[in-house]
Amino acid sequence: MRAMTQSSLAIQPQGVGLFLVASSIALLLAAWAAMTIGDVEASSGDVVRILANRLFGAAYTIDPISDGVVWHYRLSRAVVAACAGGGLALCGVVLQALLRNPLAEPYLLGISAGASTGAVLVIILGFSIGGLGLSGGAFLGAASAFGFVAILARGAGSGVDRVILAGIAGAQLFNAATSFIVTTSADAEQTRGVMFWLLGSLGGVRWPDTWVAVPVLALGLAYCLSKARALDAFAFGDEAAASLGIEVSSLRTGLFAVTALLTAAVVSIVGAVGFVGLVVPHATRFLVGPRHERLIPASVLAGAVFLIVADILSRTMISGQVLPIGVVTAMVGAPAFAIILWRTRRRV
Amino acid sequence: MTLECRNVVWRADGRPIVDGVSLSIPKRGVIGLVGPNGSGKSSLLRVLAGLRPAHGGAVLLDGQLLSRMRRRQVARSLAFVAQHADTGTELSAHEVVMLGRTPHRSAWAAWSKTDDDAISSALRQVKMEHKAAQAWSTLSGGERQRVQIARALAQKPELLLLDEPTNHLDIRHQIDLLHLLRNLECGTIVALHDLDHAAAFCDRIAVITDGRLIAEGTPETVITPDMIARVFGVEATVHPPSGQRRPRVSFCL
Repeated sequence: MRAMTQSSLAIQPQGVGLFLVASSIALLLAAWAAMTIGDVEASSGDVVRILANRLFGAAYTIDPISDGVVWHYRLSRAVVAACAGGGLALCGVVLQALLRNPLAEPYLLGISAGASTGAVLVIILGFSIGGLGLSGGAFLGAASAFGFVAILARGAGSGVDRVILAGIAGAQLFNAATSFIVTTSADAEQTRGVMFWLLGSLGGVRWPDTWVAVPVLALGLAYCLSKARALDAFAFGDEAAASLGIEVSSLRTGLFAVTALLTAAVVSIVGAVGFVGLVVPHATRFLVGPRHERLIPASVLAGAVFLIVADILSRTMISGQVLPIGVVTAMVGAPAFAIILWRTRRRV
Repeated sequence: MTLECRNVVWRADGRPIVDGVSLSIPKRGVIGLVGPNGSGKSSLLRVLAGLRPAHGGAVLLDGQLLSRMRRRQVARSLAFVAQHADTGTELSAHEVVMLGRTPHRSAWAAWSKTDDDAISSALRQVKMEHKAAQAWSTLSGGERQRVQIARALAQKPELLLLDEPTNHLDIRHQIDLLHLLRNLECGTIVALHDLDHAAAFCDRIAVITDGRLIAEGTPETVITPDMIARVFGVEATVHPPSGQRRPRVSFCL
């Protein structure tokens, strides 16, 4: 009887602890790999010395090129990749729970479509709003698309299917706007640039980006974790959640706003990286079960590791060429997901 | 604890579904809610549970307006079991019952012995302990209904509201469930289809038709051929089985 008081479906709680420890170690290893792997040679010893110099003011002599590449490019890039992957996975978890839809993902509410429109306006038409540049344009685009979807969803009445349909309408509208601008105004080179941006890239990431990415992820994660139990209560729908004491509409507003902000921030830094926000939550759910106090931290860690690894692959798979990270996430992620899907198939 | 509604109105698309119902539900005993399909039973239950805002009138919990109370506070007093609950989430029966502890746990509080006890006793009451570890998706309709009731009991409510809980159950489980409701420490208001069950197990019966409460009282006073003809449009005779007090209905088929 003892054993029955725990869920038999997922890993047992001690197993979940193990998963969290393992994925934390994986995160450190991935960051380590991100710093050592690349065209410029940097051994593990070099990385240790560079970190010691930079973080603790040690005075090892080190090749300035290695130092610059490891510290300014690779580490900042790994930190942002981790935040982006973790953030997108977090948004996926929350939206799948709130909308009770396995296809829900961070871009469902029109955010990536809006960000694309904003980015395209900057790239092609040279719009620059207060010197914000590409990221600023993408963020404003994402925010306006989300605003549009939120107003439409509110006007269309309650019900999760209405929210999803409003999101589809918003995404289609902004995608059409993007296509319109690209086809009417862009030359071949600009079109390629836009394509690349849409599929995501961490190429332009530097330390200042971490000052946005880290706090946004930390605050978003803290907020969502504090609502983890409330998210569990949505398993049987909005009415069931309300009867369990959840203030459904204020919680939903809060969580939509937080996920939208988080997604908009991520997309404005790294572009519309696909796959992570949709699939990492499912893969993690198979492994640690559906309860959010486990699922949220596990997904964030898994998403972080996944995107760091995908970024390493994107710059090393074809030598001398950087692939868009969205291509890599899907190319690597889809087979990995297929294996998890297969291994955890229902045996009933 | 008492739950009371005064002249409550609830409309869908401007059409009144609950049309001026006043009812007081005491802290103990079982109240049966009977009436034809579409009479407004489910809607009234939802208004009483605070899940739908009353468009007119007031719902009061211990004299306090339900609409002004925090949901969490309400969920500690009132538990609601819908007619049909389903989820795509892979939860075990035990995990579903755990949800019932939601209103009692703050965001960071650890799982406590009280929580564990509430869950085991709820599972025991609905006789589902042996299936606690089983996945929701593998449970039968009747088992799901019992797990939902266990979830509601784990809330430790003062009043349980159930919308046709016997619907998916075979006769054995229907009778078990009605016995269970009658022996609960909390009060119960339950929408029922079967007039005999209502007559046999409820302390009081409220009859709803076209959104209006047309009779309320003990089974003997409420379940009459007159009422059945008026509300259901069916001819019936009513008489208690020998040696019993409670009415039994036989329809003239």
